[in-house]
Amino acid sequence: MTRPTLARALPLTPAVVLLLLFLAGPIAYCVYIAFTDLQLTGQAESSFVGLENFRTAFGDEGFRNAVWLTLVFTVVSSLVGQNTLGLALASLMQRASKPVRTLTGGIVITAWVLPEVVAGFLLYAFFRREGTLNAVLDALHLPRQNWLFTLPILAVSFANVWRGTAFSMLVYSAALQEIPREVTEAAQVDGAGGWRRLWHITLPMIRRSIGTNLMLNTLQTLSVFGLIWVMTRGGPGDKSQTLPLFMYEQAFQNSMIGYGTAVALLLLLVGALFSVLYLRLLRTEV
Amino acid sequence: MPVRPTAATLLPVLLAATALTACGGGSGGDPDTVKVSFKQSTDNSIHVTDDYLADIKRQFEQSHPGKKVELVPIKAPDSEYYTKVQQMLRSPKTAPDLVYEDTFLVNSDITSGYLRPLDAYLAKWPDWDQFIDTAKAAARGEDGKTYGVPDGTDARGLWYDKGVFAKAGIPTPWQPKTWDDILDAARTIKAEVPGVTPLNVYTGKPAGEAATMQGFQMLLYGTGDGTTDPLYDETSKKWVTGGDGFKDALAFVETVYEEKLGPDVSTALDPNIQTIVRGDLLPKGKLGIALDGSWLPQDWLPGSGHEWPEWSRKLGLAYMPTQHGQAPGKVSMSGGWTWTIPAKAGNPDLAFEFIRTMQTKANAKKWYVANSGIAVRKDVAADPSYADAQPGTEFFTGLVAFTHYRPAYPAYPKVSTAIQEAMEGVTTGDLSVEEAAAGYDETLREVTDDHVVQR
Repeated sequence: MTRPTLARALPLTPAVVLLLLFLAGPIAYCVYIAFTDLQLTGQAESSFVGLENFRTAFGDEGFRNAVWLTLVFTVVSSLVGQNTLGLALASLMQRASKPVRTLTGGIVITAWVLPEVVAGFLLYAFFRREGTLNAVLDALHLPRQNWLFTLPILAVSFANVWRGTAFSMLVYSAALQEIPREVTEAAQVDGAGGWRRLWHITLPMIRRSIGTNLMLNTLQTLSVFGLIWVMTRGGPGDKSQTLPLFMYEQAFQNSMIGYGTAVALLLLLVGALFSVLYLRLLRTEV
Repeated sequence: MPVRPTAATLLPVLLAATALTACGGGSGGDPDTVKVSFKQSTDNSIHVTDDYLADIKRQFEQSHPGKKVELVPIKAPDSEYYTKVQQMLRSPKTAPDLVYEDTFLVNSDITSGYLRPLDAYLAKWPDWDQFIDTAKAAARGEDGKTYGVPDGTDARGLWYDKGVFAKAGIPTPWQPKTWDDILDAARTIKAEVPGVTPLNVYTGKPAGEAATMQGFQMLLYGTGDGTTDPLYDETSKKWVTGGDGFKDALAFVETVYEEKLGPDVSTALDPNIQTIVRGDLLPKGKLGIALDGSWLPQDWLPGSGHEWPEWSRKLGLAYMPTQHGQAPGKVSMSGGWTWTIPAKAGNPDLAFEFIRTMQTKANAKKWYVANSGIAVRKDVAADPSYADAQPGTEFFTGLVAFTHYRPAYPAYPKVSTAIQEAMEGVTTGDLSVEEAAAGYDETLREVTDDHVVQR
């Protein structure tokens, strides 16, 4: 009896070993480092410091600022922006003619497939003082804007919406196609208007997709680094320094790997909190 | 029943085995190969370092029969290069025999125990006497030992646009004697030549180290009597809190941005400000005076993508004066890179032989000329064919006698960030000079574990 099981398990062993080695290993090592004062350079030996790094983080104004900005960035760009815009685009495209659908889809998806850094440079060129946005505003005789300087967190949030909406759109397009036509038609016959149908039929029926989409979007947005780095480098000051940028500054610019890793773990925690929140919201029955 | 190994079961095992050996495969102990790590340009069209090292490799292998050189380029921007090198230095398996290091981090890496002192080698190397004293000190640890051989340096000064000066009616050649002379010229340009940014001084966190070094320290080291380091006290080994000189330097930055003598604040705090200055403002004649580094012409050389051969006729050079023109009159800051041998290197003797090959007079000269570097060897600096190789070289080489190096101790990167934050506060007008200096003192205490002294 044992022989066949062992023989079957054998081919799996390398995969398991590799997973342990390259996935679980580094994660465990990260968790360990977060409790040390390890530095990249400038230190002969590192030592175990317990919860010191976490205590430092909560007492650090820069960290609190980064948490706040991360929340703003996530809520504005992912929850509100990508999510609702994606749903809106998906439902509009359902009714659109095929050429319009292909064209819109194509444009939105182009933004999505661009590498993060390229998208960052494009939007930097759009928002900067001598950039496209101001050229357009000038042409329309509207006052010039300089969001990269005055409201950088909004500018990078907008950039993330621009880049990430395609994903939500694809998820929702698929979900909307799953809704049986009869249900909507029946509601229409019963005299339900557009908003009512959306609220009482469409949204409840795609509830699961909303949950998945929100979760994936949020996790993706929490880890955005290149986009913000290219556009503002977290500045001016620290007005757009979200947690990943704060982490980078601590770990690689200030060489404090231990502290940076602790911040990374806290970022994971923020992601976990969001996930739990979504799962709870989704459990409520229709 | 004997288990018959089939392809299906063997393959994953093989894969796992190769993956495992791949991560354990160290630099090995080949005593005849010297591994040289260096920073390769992220710009694919620039091969200056690659070509130079390939040439040295050829010379070395010819003069050392049986020995081999393995070049290990690391293609990354500065900060990522440091990170990568520091990770390699941690283990004997990955440590190269010779590594190219920014002097800015040498002291940190010495403290970490990553590097090997070279004094025994240097004592037996007659060419070491040709190196100027400040350069020798650049890679000296707090323990007094020397850990690196510098291969050139840089300097900083004032670049000015002769065309803009002509329109503003300021006579050229121009040489300010005090900070006020600079501000006066900028004010004249502002009044007489609309549409031109009078003066650029890098500031704030987005400009990073450029703000601290090209901007702030060029001012700070021109305050006081110029004999002591205004940031770090060597005798007590403590950092110096923001005193009068610090506030005066901040006040200069404040004046520049408050009177709108500098670029628009949002441009000054643009993360790409250095590219804007070098690639746009200066070549297009839209900037009057730039406080910047000796390496600027590198960007305008043929093949760089934005050639500007006329720069030497259009731009003039002036040294940065001290605050009130007090002795020694001139200020410059220098950095530069140095060749170091890791503590965990397998072939340190051979590595030093390679340094000696790189640093013959002829090879050193070849390198300074190729990368627009400033000579740290007295015999090369005195060589007319080096001085004439590029306009500006002679000017900046002359500044080396007045130059300062940063106190590049382990806390320096954090101190630098604190300076950038103070500068940014006065640039945007959010903080007064007093508040910004007080904020600096507070951060300084924090990042240096209270190793501070008031002066």
